[in-house]
Amino acid sequence: MSMSMATNTHALTDSWTMTRRELARWGRQPVQVVVNLVFPVMLLLMFGYLMGGGRGVSGEYRDYLVPGMLALTMAFGLEGTMIAVTQDLDKGVIDRFRSMPMASGAVLVGRAAADMLQSVLVVAVLVGVGSALGWRAHGGFPAFLGAVGLLLLFRFAMLWIGIHLALVAGKPEMVQAVQILVWPVGFLSNALAAPESMPGWLGTLVEWNPMSHTATAVRDLFGSPGAEPGHVWAAVLWPVALLAVFFPLAVRRFAKLSR
Amino acid sequence: MADAAITVEGARKNYGGRGGKSGTSGKGGKGDKGSKGGKQALDGLDLTVARGTVHGMLGPNGAGKTTLVRVLSTLLRPDAGRIEVAGHDVVREPYAVRLRIGLLGQHAALDEELGGRQNLELFGRLYHLGARRARARADELLERFDLTDTGRRPVRAYSGGMRRRLDLAASLITEPEVLFLDEPTTGLDPRGRAEVWASVRSLVGGGTTVLLTTQYLEEADQLADRISVVDAGRVIAEGTAGDLKARIGGDRIDVVLRDAGQLAAAGALLPLNGVSVDTDRRLLSAPVTDRMTALAGVVRALEESGIEAEDIALRRPTLDEVFLHLTERDDRDDRGDRDDRDDRDDRTEEAA
Ligand SMILES: Nc1ncnc2c1ncn2[C@@H]1O[C@H](COP(=O)(O)OP(=O)(O)OP(=O)(O)O)[C@@H](O)[C@H]1O
Ligand SMILES: [Mg+2]
Repeated sequence: MSMSMATNTHALTDSWTMTRRELARWGRQPVQVVVNLVFPVMLLLMFGYLMGGGRGVSGEYRDYLVPGMLALTMAFGLEGTMIAVTQDLDKGVIDRFRSMPMASGAVLVGRAAADMLQSVLVVAVLVGVGSALGWRAHGGFPAFLGAVGLLLLFRFAMLWIGIHLALVAGKPEMVQAVQILVWPVGFLSNALAAPESMPGWLGTLVEWNPMSHTATAVRDLFGSPGAEPGHVWAAVLWPVALLAVFFPLAVRRFAKLSR
Repeated sequence: MADAAITVEGARKNYGGRGGKSGTSGKGGKGDKGSKGGKQALDGLDLTVARGTVHGMLGPNGAGKTTLVRVLSTLLRPDAGRIEVAGHDVVREPYAVRLRIGLLGQHAALDEELGGRQNLELFGRLYHLGARRARARADELLERFDLTDTGRRPVRAYSGGMRRRLDLAASLITEPEVLFLDEPTTGLDPRGRAEVWASVRSLVGGGTTVLLTTQYLEEADQLADRISVVDAGRVIAEGTAGDLKARIGGDRIDVVLRDAGQLAAAGALLPLNGVSVDTDRRLLSAPVTDRMTALAGVVRALEESGIEAEDIALRRPTLDEVFLHLTERDDRDDRGDRDDRDDRDDRTEEAA
């Protein structure tokens, strides 16, 4: 069909253009960009030093906390994605994109590319600050890259959940409702404390949380305390399963904006 | 039809109901239960717009103007009807349609964080002009719409008029064959309005077909070659501004008296037919055919009778009056029944 052909030839260019749009927006809101990078660092410092936490954690807490905070930050990325998409929908600029002869999927690809890039930056900043505080990855460089890969894979799953939820909710006001859900899910994990220190049912819930698998696997690859071998598979399969559900849902939702 | 830029036959759209045409028929749709079949935003609307003309869609809030524009610009899928823009079917060939249209939506469709130039460049690239031409085109349009100085500021900081002009510029990047303008001047001050009007006029000189929705008769009158009056999702009258005005009796004269007590006397005395009286505003209002004769007649009659007037004004009928007039003639007693029947028609069309 002529339509899909024409769309395909432009898919790459348009995706790149849309990614550049997001980067241009960063250039316009440098403060926002910095705040987004500093926030996880603040959480890290807060939990690491102020709260003096780490219930049930053996060994150095910061070695437990840095991987946990990395995973938590990836989970919270869902909010950022959702806010960005609902804002676009609300401002009507997506309507203009959809009325233009561009590959419409590029709107989502641009979003995804920018958010993933932002996540890479956040990981770099957290790793940098962690190192400055004396945290080290002991697993060697390939394992380190593997850990970063798992984090980004998890973030990628969160990204598509975020896009889907944004398209379902439609209005920026709805983001708050989702925030109320994201935070408990984020904290009901082993990011900050070991599940063994929690009451039985809660510990079970926490162990089931996909984010916990990612955190544990990352600890494993970093050679940190709290690491249990054998979670890498779960840390791959959970995000892939979530993607298998939410990627098509989000794409379908997007196509159905014309409903 | 070779000389039609827009053809709409029997367009229907119901937001509540069975949206897309996926197999599951009427039942499964989420909205169905809540909205009880919903309201027909488009209820069998017909429209033909000749190439190179400006067509005005005039209608009150909720008439279906925006819905029509969204269907025509491929943003919204109609439930039924044959709809072609620039020779291409909006449902089957949306891409071909998008290549040929420009859209100025009712609300600005811009990236608020980016500057004006950045917005235009972004859209230019997405129209696949290439980096250099996109930049040149952005500069050209900024100049044309008097936005050069503000091209760097984020759109968030623009005034309503500037935002509207930028939005219009964005819809003209590729010099579209067909341009949709959804209430282009609502919320603009008189100067902004005049600017938008001037732009539209210059476009038409270039051969663009324009479909314009508005709530103001005057705007349609100023810009449009032909006007369709829309109400409740269908066209209830169509013609040139002259045709419509002839149907509704043309201009009106308003006379405001100093003393409400003299309204009755004045009403009987003035050389006017079909006078309506508004006691609260001490106002007599009547349709006139020849403006100057009517004005002279009223002034003379008032002078001779010694009745004091605070204000006398000739004016065009308001949209309200157009509607009242048009809907009075329409026999709409069977409205409810007709809606039910339409729903049934829809279903048979879908089944077919
Ligand atoms: N997204 C939507 N969901 C449900 N109903 C809608 C939606 N958009 C419009 N409607 C309804 O469809 C009907 C037509 O609306 P539309 O926006 O097309 O009117 P309009 O002529 O553009 O009005 P206005 O002058 O206020 O812009 C209205 O009854 C409106 O309430
Ligand atoms: Mg509207």
